[in-house]
Amino acid sequence: MSKSLLYDSTLCIGCKQCEQACATQNNLPYNDSIAEEEFQSAHKLTTVLTRNDKFMRRLCMHCGDPACASVCPVGAFHKTKEGPVVYDVWKCIGCRYCMAACPFSQPKYEWGSLNPRVRKCIMCPDRVTAGKQTACAEICPTGATKFGERDDLVREAQDRLRQNPSNYLPRIYGLHEVGGTSILILAAVKPEEFGYPPSEKLGETPLPEYTGRVMERVPDFIPVWSLVLGGIYWISHRRTEVAAAEAAEKKNGGTR
Amino acid sequence: MKVRLTFWRVVFLAIMALGLYSTYVRYLRGLGAVSNMTDQFPWGFWIGFDCLCGVMLAAGGFCIVGAVYLFNVESLHSVVRPAVLTAFLGYLLFIVGLLFDLGRPWFIWHQLIYMNSHSVMFEVGFCVMTYTTVLFFEFLPNVLERLNWKAPVKWIHRIYPILIVLGILLSTLHQSSLGSLYLIMPSKLHPFWYSPALPFFFFGSAVAVGLAMTIFESTQSAKALGRHLELPVLVRLGGALLIALWVNALLRFEDYFHRGLLRQILRPSYEAYFLWLELSLSFVIPIALLSFKKVRLSPNGLYLASVISLFGFITNRLNVSLIGFETYVGHHYMPKWTEFSVTLMIIAMGFALFRVAVQYLPIFPKDDMVHVPSPAPLAVPMGQPVLEHAGN
Repeated sequence: MSKSLLYDSTLCIGCKQCEQACATQNNLPYNDSIAEEEFQSAHKLTTVLTRNDKFMRRLCMHCGDPACASVCPVGAFHKTKEGPVVYDVWKCIGCRYCMAACPFSQPKYEWGSLNPRVRKCIMCPDRVTAGKQTACAEICPTGATKFGERDDLVREAQDRLRQNPSNYLPRIYGLHEVGGTSILILAAVKPEEFGYPPSEKLGETPLPEYTGRVMERVPDFIPVWSLVLGGIYWISHRRTEVAAAEAAEKKNGGTR
Repeated sequence: MKVRLTFWRVVFLAIMALGLYSTYVRYLRGLGAVSNMTDQFPWGFWIGFDCLCGVMLAAGGFCIVGAVYLFNVESLHSVVRPAVLTAFLGYLLFIVGLLFDLGRPWFIWHQLIYMNSHSVMFEVGFCVMTYTTVLFFEFLPNVLERLNWKAPVKWIHRIYPILIVLGILLSTLHQSSLGSLYLIMPSKLHPFWYSPALPFFFFGSAVAVGLAMTIFESTQSAKALGRHLELPVLVRLGGALLIALWVNALLRFEDYFHRGLLRQILRPSYEAYFLWLELSLSFVIPIALLSFKKVRLSPNGLYLASVISLFGFITNRLNVSLIGFETYVGHHYMPKWTEFSVTLMIIAMGFALFRVAVQYLPIFPKDDMVHVPSPAPLAVPMGQPVLEHAGN
């Protein structure tokens, strides 16, 4: 079954303990100046943004059919059956196609490193496979970030929307975006105002399908096109051969 | 032998010196220090120019080989070798460029073992690798003939049909796939350049560029080496270029029409300015020029039209890879000087290697290499057959 995180921004108090727990979990530095950085980077995999007393968390969305995994030429990313989209650094060649392709621009790069890695939230895969919740969900004092089965969390989000319709915008961001993600967001203000891409731009089609439509034709295209090219080659050369033979025949007076 | 210090040699040395400095920065201080790429702009000038434009500009190889060996256009025989040489060098330098751009270039061979067949990048990488090998074999007879090794040349002639078909197949695949790379970014790439037809555009423009590039390099090397200019060859290429440009232009028009963007592309905007620049350089001006018979029959006119269209298609690739993302990202990307200098160094290496190759290898027909003082530009030498037909 697939694990997910439900982030309810109306419950968030902006304490940033999730940021700290995330840094500790991923062996990254964390201090006051990093806490103030309101953007993600290779050393800050999740961030809590503040706009007019409203909060919004950003992190990798762990798409159901992730673009990063589909584009990586060496398959360094994959979606585990438990839900997290994880990264195998030893495969990575550093082409950064994952960064270019991610609709949420989540993979970040160690630009200063001589052996750089892509960094993003990997949803604590070791903890999740061990049956524990993610570090951020565990530490969250208000339950704004909640860990659980995706189906259960979707139901819970729908209940919250039904019970307190005045508190929320009537939608769950991540439920259908790019085919559905493992991060679900409830909010009173549009996530778009915090830099999330607009739902209507993302659409509900998993992004790998856009390339799949072309790539699935390649196996048929190769034999057909080779035959066509080979055929053209054969015909045009046969023509010269025949022309040469006919010319020779004429010269020899009809005998071959 | 005394090497004279000419103007171009000084320029070359300066470019190489700056390039080597940038190489040092790249490998000892990292991608962040050498480039203006950021998390928002993970692909910069090296992808946009070195990779996308580099591969496109090397398309002459498969275009000319296809015309001559597939469709038996005998009159283009004399440009096969220079076109194959350009393509071979182009792909080698593309790989050099990739070694700068990849964050962990020492793992580039992972492509061969951790293959992800869903990835367009994998397809491109694999095709480029195999096609470079094919080009190596297409190029090899030059070296073997020079060394007077007859037997291996015969073997290569025997497999020539396979090389030709394989080369064109691989080129079709990866030239179009460079466009497919962007299919997964519908929400990021500006609608002027994001289209489901991207692979067709990339392949179509590669054919046009292949023709334009062959005109460019024939004229250029005729000038540089004091060779005769083979006007009938150029005229033929120019005619084909005109057709290729029309096909490309109609495809682009059809796409904008189909997606209902015609009104939007005419309205002034940041993206529209770049699109206008692109469309006028790649289509409007060269098509207008080539429509005059006078231009189509003059070496200067053909040269001018080709160079303008080359700039147009280079603008197209940079629009797709850089300009088209600026609205999504919310700020501009301007390459750092060190990025330019690496690219310049790679281009300079290309010119130098081409020069050395034509000097020492039988790239151009022999009787032609006698240094005739350049006036008499329109003399037409017989193009010697370059490679015997396989099986003969």
